[in-house]
Parts: sequence; C-alpha cells; structure tokens
Amino acid sequence: MKKILILGAGTAGTMMANHLNKKIDKKEWSITVIDQYKNHYYQPGFLFIPFGIYSEKDVIKEKKKFIPKGVEFIQSAIEIIEADKNQVKLENNSVIKYDVLIIATGSKIVPQEIEGLLDDGWRKNIFDFYTIEGSTALRDKFKDWKGGKLVVHLAEMPIKCPVAPLEFLFLSDWFFTKKGIRKNVDITYVTPLGSAFTKPRAASVLGHMLDDKNIKIVPNFNISHVDSKNNKIVSLDDKEVEYDLLVTIPTNMGDEVIERSGLGDELNFVPTDKHTLQSKEYENIFVIGDATDIPASKAGSVAHFEGEILTDNILNFINNKPLEKKFDGHANCYIESGYNKAFLIDFNYDVEPVEGTFPLPVVGPFSLLKETRINHLGKMAFKHIYWNLLLKGIPIPGIPPHMTTKGKKLN
Amino acid sequence: MTEKMLADFTVNVNEEGYLTDPSQWNKEIAVALAKEVGIEELTEAHWKVIEFLQKEVKENGKLPTIRRINKVGGIPTKELYQLFPDGPLAKAAKIAGLSKPASCI
Ligand SMILES: Cc1cc2nc3c(=O)[nH]c(=O)nc-3n(C[C@H](O)[C@H](O)[C@H](O)COP(=O)(O)OP(=O)(O)OC[C@H]3O[C@@H](n4cnc5c(N)ncnc54)[C@H](O)[C@@H]3O)c2cc1C
Repeated sequence: MKKILILGAGTAGTMMANHLNKKIDKKEWSITVIDQYKNHYYQPGFLFIPFGIYSEKDVIKEKKKFIPKGVEFIQSAIEIIEADKNQVKLENNSVIKYDVLIIATGSKIVPQEIEGLLDDGWRKNIFDFYTIEGSTALRDKFKDWKGGKLVVHLAEMPIKCPVAPLEFLFLSDWFFTKKGIRKNVDITYVTPLGSAFTKPRAASVLGHMLDDKNIKIVPNFNISHVDSKNNKIVSLDDKEVEYDLLVTIPTNMGDEVIERSGLGDELNFVPTDKHTLQSKEYENIFVIGDATDIPASKAGSVAHFEGEILTDNILNFINNKPLEKKFDGHANCYIESGYNKAFLIDFNYDVEPVEGTFPLPVVGPFSLLKETRINHLGKMAFKHIYWNLLLKGIPIPGIPPHMTTKGKKLN
Repeated sequence: MTEKMLADFTVNVNEEGYLTDPSQWNKEIAVALAKEVGIEELTEAHWKVIEFLQKEVKENGKLPTIRRINKVGGIPTKELYQLFPDGPLAKAAKIAGLSKPASCI
C-alpha cells in the first residue's frame, strides 16, 4: 500500500481528505490525516464572538465528524518532517512513512514576536480575536467596558483573512453605537500599510468609509514594542499611539514544525509553486491553505479553490502525468460592515477587487465592492456552507475554482 | 493610469506615481523617483535594498516584508528606516519600480 499523508486537519487538510477519498484507488493507496487537536474551529466565526453574535457552539465541532470513513485520523502533535527520508515523526517518536505529503498546517498568531505584548496587559486590556481564547476573553471585556481609546492594530503582513481588521473596526462602530456609548469610544486603526484600502478601485469606492464611521487611522506604523505600563504602542521610528483597550493582530506565522523541519521561509511559510501548489523543494510534497508562501490571500475560500485544483494535481502526480498550472489566486471574501450589511470582493493574482455582481452578471444576487443586506446574508450563510459543503469537499453551486470576469466592471 | 516624464523617459504610472510597467524602469528613473519621495541621493546602501526588492519580486512574485529584508537581505531594520524614512517599504518599492505594499483590498 502506498500512502498519502496529510498534515493538519483544519480547513484545507479536512477538505483534501474528503476530495482524495472520493478519487483515489483504494486498492493501491491509503490516506492518513494528522492533527494535534480534537476540535475543529470555524475561524471566520471568531470575528463575531466579541460582539455577542456567535458563541462557542457556532464555531467548535469535533474534527472526526468531518474525516470520511476509510481515512485514518491520528490525533498527535507533529514533531518533524524528514523530507529526505519521506517520513514524519510524531510527538511520541513514532514514524510515519509517506509517498505523497500534503502540508496543511496553516498559520497562527505569534504574540511573542512583539516585545511587551505578553507583559502585564495581555488579556487585561490587550486582546486578539484570532484565537478562540482571545475572542471569548474580548467578549467578556466588551460586556462591561465603559469606553475610552480603542486601538485596533495590525502588526505586519501577511495575515490570514486580511479584511478581518477592517471588519472588526466596522463592527465595533456598530456595536458601541447600538449600546449607546459610541460617543465615549474613540476608535483608531493602526496599520503598517499606507492606508486602510490599498488597491486603487477599492480605495476609490470605499476610501471614505473610515471617515464616515468616525474611525481614525495611523498608517505606516511598524511596531517596535508595546509599553504596557504606560498603555502605548511604539513604532520603529518612535511614533507612539496610546490606548485604553488594544485589539491587535500580531505577526502571523506558519507552525514551528515547518521551522524544525527546515522547510520554511522567515515566517515559516513553505515555498510553493503558486500555480501547481507543489513544494519548490520536494516534488512529492504539496502545500495548501495558509501554510504556503504564495501571494494569494490566506482565506478559507482560497483553500477551497486550491483544493479542487490540488486534487487533480495529486492524481496527475501519482499517475506520472504533468502537473497543471491552474491555480489563479482566486479569493472570494465577504466584508462585514455592521448594521447587517456587508461587502463582497472576488479577485485573483491578476485582477484586483472591482465593482459588479456575483456570481452571475446583472442578477447577482451579490454585489461586488458595494454594501448590501444580501451580502450580509451571504456572510452569515458562509458558516453553514463551511460546515456542510466546504469541509466535505462538496462544490459550492455556481462558484467554480477559477475567477470569472463575468459580471465584473473591469474598466 | 497616466503617462509621465521621468528623467527624460516616458513611463506609465498609477494615481500615486508608482510605475505600472516594471520593464520601463532604469536607474535614472530610480533617481528621479527617489527625489519624489524626498531622497536626494541614492547611495550604495540604497541600491542594495532596491536590488534586493527587485530580485525578490522576480523570484517570488511579491514584495518581501521588512522582516525578510532584515533576515534574508541582511539589512538591519534601523538602517532601513534611516535610508528610507517614514514608510521604508513603500518608498523603496516606488524607487525600485514595483507596486506598493498592499493588502487584498
Ligand atoms: C478571525 C478570522 C476570520 C476569518 N475570516 C474568514 C472569512 O471570512 N473567510 C475566509 O475565507 N477565511 C477567513 N479566515 C481564514 C480561514 O479561517 C483560514 O484561511 C483557513 O482556516 C485556513 O485553513 P488551513 O487548513 O490552511 O489552516 P487551519 O484551518 O488553521 O488548520 C491548520 C491545522 O494544522 C494543525 N497543525 C498545525 N501544526 C501542527 C503540528 N505541528 N502538529 C499537529 N497539527 C498541527 C492545526 O492544529 C490546525 O488544525 C479567517 C480567519 C480568522 C482567524
């Protein structure tokens, strides 16, 4: 028996197990998936927890439920990938050999990367919302917070779900308005980028949004450290921003197992061909989802589009056929903007987010780069789609893996 | 997108003055772009950063992060800020004829 080994049973790994289980010749191949955790987290739901819109039960389910029968699931931390020997070592030192390896170990926040972040203020007046612990702690803080300076801070790019900080700002504006204390809450966005909207078309359509919502911005801010005694963040060129409540998106990195295995770049992301999803170093290693270094967004929708293409390429690889250079960087993301409205963006490596309708020309029903109620319903429906279609590798009706220019206003 | 004269060359630039066609770039244009962002003279240290950015974009299809410029390019972050004050990545990218650091939106 030959083995396909999948590292990580998050969005991408779970999806690949389901795809391959349907397509692979079971007389010749077996599939094993390894993950350290028992539970699967619907990470896009973390955004809504601080505002009381979702709770734990919306975002946590047992991983095993989504691993198909016939695929072996091992719950263990992965110690090291020994690519030269085609094997992986687990935390109890047991060794698993593979013929084809799929790395789907994702990315995570690493607060340790920022000096002072984990000092006195952590989870007292400094929070993240990229983890279940962070988002639930922030929910508890928000419950009786009377107001003050709320600073939403992005440490460095790339991060997973690059639109999440903006969504967090918009939801904060709405949440505190609804609570009747918006006048006591001063909201500031601190970013290393030059502006909140960095792509020309998005900037021209949405550029006014922060102003409209009375959200201040401090651009070009690269953090040096957090001074939690004096409640301020300090940049590398000595700019300072004071906060009463700091919500930060710390540095995002690939898992340490990538570093231990010598397979990653300076952020532990694995160098990967951006069209075939094959590792640049080893031809029998493929990489999917947030774990890659490709210049696509780190998003569940991206992992979904990659999944269909990677499945074909793995079949090509094991049948000695050439790989198809098919992945185009397609991403499709809803941007929740408060007041039960949302935007939608659909783009790829070559086409920036533009206006139009999606997935169908004219009739939509979703509108691109435009704030609508229907888009909001799309965002909320994503939870159902995620648990019931996406993880199980079932195609989403009407949405092919490649971006289409139909319905987009390109000029 | 508009056309613009830089150091006697006609180039295509976007709203913010970044070149939209990297093949139009040359060193004289770089000097002119540097002046636009307030850098009067490009020293050897500046060129080292510019060339690193161009090499990275060619090889990986994306701008390196400040962290990568430090770790892989060997240019300490403090020095990067001295060379290109305020927004070092945005400024160096502009001079190198590349697009600015951006998010997906
Ligand atoms: C706040 C927030 C909002 C988001 N919103 C959206 C959105 O609206 N739309 C969207 O499309 N995407 C969104 N995302 C992004 C989306 O959740 C991720 O892109 C997606 O989950 C990536 O899937 P993955 O399989 O690559 O990684 P993950 O799902 O993170 O899975 C990685 C898995 O690998 C396991 N693992 C890692 N290292 C080891 C090891 N050494 N040993 C054993 N197991 C290991 C982990 O336990 C984990 O289960 C959001 C993310 C966040 C945090």
